[in-house]
Amino acid sequence: MQLLTEFRRRDHAAGLRRALAAAAPARRVRLMEICGTHTMAVFRSGLRAFLPATVELVSGPGCPVCVTDARTIDLAIAHARDPEVHLVTFGDMLRVPGSSGSLEEARARGARVTVAVSPLDTLAAARAEPERTAVFFAVGFETTAPAIAALAREAMRQELPNVAILCAMKRVPPAMAALAGAGELAIDGFICPAHVSAVIGADAYTFLARDYRRPCVIAGFEPLDILYGVHLLLEQLAAGRAAVENEYGRVVARGGNPAAQALIDEVFEPVDAPWRGLGTIPLSGYGLKAGYAALDLERRRPLAVAEPRPLAGCLCGTVLRGAAAPEDCALFGRACTLATPVGPCMVSSEGTCAAHLRYAALGAAAGEPAAELAAAGAGR
Amino acid sequence: MTPAGTAPARPAAGNAGACIVLGHGAGGLLSHELVTAVIAPRFDHEELRILDDAACVPFAAERLVISTDGFVVDPPFFPGGDIGKLAVCGTVNDVAMLGARPLFLTLGLLIEEGFALASLERILDSAAATAREAGVRVVAGDTKVLPRGAADGIYLHTTGVGTLLSGRRLTAAAAAPGDAILVSGPIGDHGGAVMARRAGLDLGTLVSDCAPLSGLVAQLMGAVPGSVHALRDPTRGGLASTLNEIAGAAGVEIRIAEAAVPVRSEVAAAGEILGLDPFYLACEGRLVAFVEARAADDALAALRSHPLGYLAARIGEVVAHGRPRVVLETRIGGRRALDLLAGYPLPRIC
Repeated sequence: MQLLTEFRRRDHAAGLRRALAAAAPARRVRLMEICGTHTMAVFRSGLRAFLPATVELVSGPGCPVCVTDARTIDLAIAHARDPEVHLVTFGDMLRVPGSSGSLEEARARGARVTVAVSPLDTLAAARAEPERTAVFFAVGFETTAPAIAALAREAMRQELPNVAILCAMKRVPPAMAALAGAGELAIDGFICPAHVSAVIGADAYTFLARDYRRPCVIAGFEPLDILYGVHLLLEQLAAGRAAVENEYGRVVARGGNPAAQALIDEVFEPVDAPWRGLGTIPLSGYGLKAGYAALDLERRRPLAVAEPRPLAGCLCGTVLRGAAAPEDCALFGRACTLATPVGPCMVSSEGTCAAHLRYAALGAAAGEPAAELAAAGAGR
Repeated sequence: MTPAGTAPARPAAGNAGACIVLGHGAGGLLSHELVTAVIAPRFDHEELRILDDAACVPFAAERLVISTDGFVVDPPFFPGGDIGKLAVCGTVNDVAMLGARPLFLTLGLLIEEGFALASLERILDSAAATAREAGVRVVAGDTKVLPRGAADGIYLHTTGVGTLLSGRRLTAAAAAPGDAILVSGPIGDHGGAVMARRAGLDLGTLVSDCAPLSGLVAQLMGAVPGSVHALRDPTRGGLASTLNEIAGAAGVEIRIAEAAVPVRSEVAAAGEILGLDPFYLACEGRLVAFVEARAADDALAALRSHPLGYLAARIGEVVAHGRPRVVLETRIGGRRALDLLAGYPLPRIC
């Protein structure tokens, strides 16, 4: 099967649009897509035009860059400015503004900061510059945790003395529980993340359906996956059910990926973690287990940072828990743009504000599916 | 200064492992040898033998089309090309996009001390071959050597001049409602190949599209004279950025059909893996043409009959004057803005 085209078929999308219209709820329902990649997929394919008027898609806290709290960003920047440190991290982290400057600005002023595709790149950095400590600034969810666990294991196995990890990884289900339990939101159902679910499995959401009575559907990132996932949620809501359904069975198993889970369990343990906008959520982060404590940057090189300065006027925290739309923020599209982002949700390629500003600018034109362009058939 | 009477030129890369040293840029004997034995012969032009301070070439036109560009690609050798080929194509193509025939190039080399002579020779050979293919002559140049650490391997700089093919300059501002939008081949091949190489991804057959477009432009302009309103090569920032630039310059709304835009499956796959959108990946051997609708079929046929345009496609149209924007009709039938990229394309985290 052509995975890149079969799940983007126009005829099937039109069929799902009709099915969604037939299943349109009488009252307004709010469905949250947890994952930033879902948010981007919704906008990139123009999916909102396929949904009934009573269905609202709300973006959740599923962008690892966005949910990293201000203190951790400041801490990373402070470490990066240390001439004995080589900070390695994922690309989007570079532009996130801290209380003063960003990693990108620190790099421009001489800090050793590099972008890695894989956390394991940190090992090469450590070997190349024995005089510096190669620090991996680890952000991400369950998807990324196995790769960072692999880094920890390899650093120990190779006995590299100059590798450390600044651990800011998060676990998704505890954050979903916090959102489901918060009164202000009235989220009717969740589109569960795709890649995260591949690791933790469909059963990891059972407690949300059972204890919080919220329908959960795991959906892939392709347009048809998402439309079908929304349809499954509407069916559950119409029937008054709350269950976990897995639309993404071609990738996600009920029990997840046992090898990845074993790797995570070997290296990490759940710890309380601070989320931007959500506060500290119990057991929602990954901390290094005792056997790997030697890699923990905060233990190896303790560094005090001042209380973070809030980003004046920035609503990222509220946007991240779905309690405000990016357009509600006074900075959105004015002081805060793709070129000059103020908050992390505008910085990240998966950020909600970036998605809204980049793709939602069509106004009324986005409300209706496009008519055939004259040129549409002229290509392949 | 003439080469006559100086020490005999050392055979190029005579000893294996030879590399550029600071002396190659110091203006003395080593510099002279590098220029006369390694660089100039490859471009074989009278002016490079004379070695005056500037070149003097015949030029019979009232208006000069001129462009300049620096090249810092990492890695310097990539699937389907290298920095030498890129330096010629980049400037040749920029000159050609005004509806011009590029004629002469200058070539500046900024080399880091320690750079392998053999690599330099490969780059020069490639630049020379590409110049021949493009029909341009390299007539002047400069070489500087920087201390180790002050540059990353090698940088090239080219300036190109040419003359208008039809006496009329093409400009992005001339794109007009009703124009058909054509692209000369699959997008994102160069960016995809370079990004994949950087990420250590082996995508087998994916190579850069790097190519000089002067011949393709001449063919197009010959087939539909007067009907081509604007040409652009979608290099850095990719097709999306180029379309936005044209929409802004002309004050028009552009509509593009995603399904009509040719993208190689390898590029689409690399994009999925690395989190990069092919619409923002650089091309180095493609052009976007804004052509009067009535001439669009002929223009497309002209592009397709050239080896560099055989996969050309009609991808959209200019719909109206108004707020400049590019609207993409998505593959599944939705619509979204196709916006400018902010910052630098980065691989995704999860």
